[in-house]
Amino acid sequence: MVEYERHDYDVIVIGAGGAGLRAAIEASAQGARTALICKSLLGKAHTVMAEGGIAAALGNVWPQDNWRVHFRDTMRGGKMLNNWRMAQLHAQEAPDRVNELEQWGALFDRTDDGRILQRDFGGHRYARLAHVGDRTGLELIRTLQQHAVHNGIDVFMECTVSRLLKDGDRVSGAVAYWRESGNLLVFNAKSTVLATGGTGKAFAVTSNSWEYTGDGHALAYWAGAELIDMECVQFHPTGMVWPPSVRGILVTEGVRGDGGTLRNSDGERFMFNYIPDFFAAETADTIDEADAWYEDKENNRRTPDLLPRDEVARAINSEVKAGRGSPHGGVFLDIATRRSTEYIRRRLPSMYHQFKQLADVDITAQPMEVGPTMHYIMGGIRVDADTAATTVAGLYAAGECAGGMHGANRLGGNSLSDLVVFGRRAGLGAAEDAAAQTSAPETDDAQVEEIVAEMRAPFERDGAEGPYDIQRDLQETMHSLVGIIRTESELLEARERIDGYKGRAANVGVYGHQQYNPGWHLAMDLQALLTVSEATARAANVRQESRGGHTRDDYPGPNDAEWGNKNVVIRQGSDGEMEVTTSPLPEMPAELQELFEE
Amino acid sequence: MSETANMRVFRGDAESGDWQDYSVEVEEGQVVLDVIHRIQATQAPDLAVRWNCKAGKCGSCSAEINGEPRLMCMTRMNLFEPGEQITVAPMKTWPLIRDLVTDVSFNYEVAKTIPAFKPRAPEADGTYRMMQEDIERGQEFRKCIECFLCQDVCHVIRDHPENKPEFAGPRFFVRLAELEMHPLDTEDRLELARKDAGVGYCNITKCCTEVCPEEIHITDNAIIPLKERVADRYFDPIRWLGSKLFGRG
Repeated sequence: MVEYERHDYDVIVIGAGGAGLRAAIEASAQGARTALICKSLLGKAHTVMAEGGIAAALGNVWPQDNWRVHFRDTMRGGKMLNNWRMAQLHAQEAPDRVNELEQWGALFDRTDDGRILQRDFGGHRYARLAHVGDRTGLELIRTLQQHAVHNGIDVFMECTVSRLLKDGDRVSGAVAYWRESGNLLVFNAKSTVLATGGTGKAFAVTSNSWEYTGDGHALAYWAGAELIDMECVQFHPTGMVWPPSVRGILVTEGVRGDGGTLRNSDGERFMFNYIPDFFAAETADTIDEADAWYEDKENNRRTPDLLPRDEVARAINSEVKAGRGSPHGGVFLDIATRRSTEYIRRRLPSMYHQFKQLADVDITAQPMEVGPTMHYIMGGIRVDADTAATTVAGLYAAGECAGGMHGANRLGGNSLSDLVVFGRRAGLGAAEDAAAQTSAPETDDAQVEEIVAEMRAPFERDGAEGPYDIQRDLQETMHSLVGIIRTESELLEARERIDGYKGRAANVGVYGHQQYNPGWHLAMDLQALLTVSEATARAANVRQESRGGHTRDDYPGPNDAEWGNKNVVIRQGSDGEMEVTTSPLPEMPAELQELFEE
Repeated sequence: MSETANMRVFRGDAESGDWQDYSVEVEEGQVVLDVIHRIQATQAPDLAVRWNCKAGKCGSCSAEINGEPRLMCMTRMNLFEPGEQITVAPMKTWPLIRDLVTDVSFNYEVAKTIPAFKPRAPEADGTYRMMQEDIERGQEFRKCIECFLCQDVCHVIRDHPENKPEFAGPRFFVRLAELEMHPLDTEDRLELARKDAGVGYCNITKCCTEVCPEEIHITDNAIIPLKERVADRYFDPIRWLGSKLFGRG
């Protein structure tokens, strides 16, 4: 019999970034006994790294803006693969959630008349992103954290969930361990919310923090839930490329939103050569028009520097391949020649600091070198738009680990708003579900024993291969074979290699003690990383077209007739193998379809 | 163009510990955290270190590098002379868990004792108006990434752990000052600042300001104004007399 701490709750929330915090706040406000479980210290989650802002059609800067325009931008940015209902709820509710953050103490930058200021970002028709300089994520997480500590939520910090438990067909809690001691916990919960973020640590070059090992995606999949759109991965066009140790660290789109422009080694503003037909009508095709757009959006079209991220990332990739890149394999991002030093330091203080300290580059005097970095996974756990319920009873998901909201490509600024809109809805859905349960679920000790045996097995294999090399090999494979441009032969090769890594991971050994042992933690995280990597590689091979954050060299361009109305669906088959199918997109009602006919 | 660094890293737990030397390859542009990760991956897979973003935004990887409180992810290796021995130790002010990881729960407990933000009623349209110049100081304070280096270096608790129950520390003076200066907030926390948070213990040596990776002017902009407000209320003889005679502060 294994020893563990036992905790009983109405609702447990796994993950304490923006979505998890907002879910826990809501569940607790609904009267549910709520626990918040996070791998790191509270307030350190990846949300903290979001820079540019939170998109919401407040209409403070451009009164013409409203939820319909935001909805339309979101759907078009997602290449129409989005769950329309999620995109609608998101656009409608984001302004309330932003105002709520202000009521909870957030200090957003202001307009001249004292309202929340909004900035330009890629794919947004109007300046729409509420922001605090270039550290908006920190403001969001700290505001939620400071609000949450007074709301009677029990927080389990540096506590990692290994598996979900089930009582019959229903998720009934989770098995977790304290990172500090290695001791075990069993949560018995009427409902469970996953808010674990993304999968970036499966890739060699990423803007994501260490926590992004796809835990929620994998926990849901292992518990029988469906994943959708796992092939849709966003490579942010502007990550740092030099020095090597910081490769991938994010350079906010706010640099371009505030007037920065991309140039190749010839000094050419190359984005004018990459305007796709899909966005031609709304994109400036001359430098004069592009530059005038910042001040006058009624008479000018948007600069191609602010095309959606998938377009810009592919363009940079092409420029570098054509030999017009910067010395360290990126392109130039120039704001120094376009805006004053004072303006740059006020608007982009973190970027100034980051380049100065890590790369010896003064962005007020020199161009930055930037290139694509794995930033976000649009794909995720299939959820009901209104309640955030997954396809398994008792299990909810919100934020990056949930799929559907962003379709094939996410617009910048739509992530922070996603977190608070659907975090709240998941907390509400989970609390109502918990209240409807007449009794607490049963904890099945046999399940617990089996999970714990698997968790501890690496200690029995001291002397076997450790986890670090396996992770590094996986990251290289995902980066080179399942990266920004894909093709069938490489995807099949990736599958084969992932099978090999699974074999190695099944025999992984760790050395030492259970107390704060990062080797052991990684050995366990590898299971999730391998699962989500396989899902992305498989889904990418099935979708035989290019759309948003999924680009196939062997199927260039979108194929609307065949693929425009389908999600690729991943689930675990009864034999334990991964199954890939498709299912039709939910149909958009006529009054919303009209928005796309202009 | 790699070089070899001589790293001396503290290894141990609450009971015992010692320095361990590691010879590690360093590449161009690397930071101390990269080197610690290389030690993990190649020599000591169980070396405990806390980190998240590796971009100076989350404040997880605080340590004492050559005796100086710093973020490992923002400390470039080229700061040191080639071949120089570089020591990496856990923050001294907190109980050690293992290796470079300390128990910082003190800070999370203090955070709970600070009464929540309590805004005045909004405008008729349900939103608020605030002028940029009125929130700039608050925004400076809200840059805090909670790395707790200011807490670590503060000798009120670093050298006198017995003061911990009576002293919130610089991070929370920043938080109190932020709320105190927030244009919308209506809560009164001056009594807390004076009594339970113990702002009077601070004798403005500015050690906290020096180590702040966010360059927040902790002493000048947060602690001194907070001390002044406390002094105005509690130690101004005319106000004191007024409160005695009319029951008002």
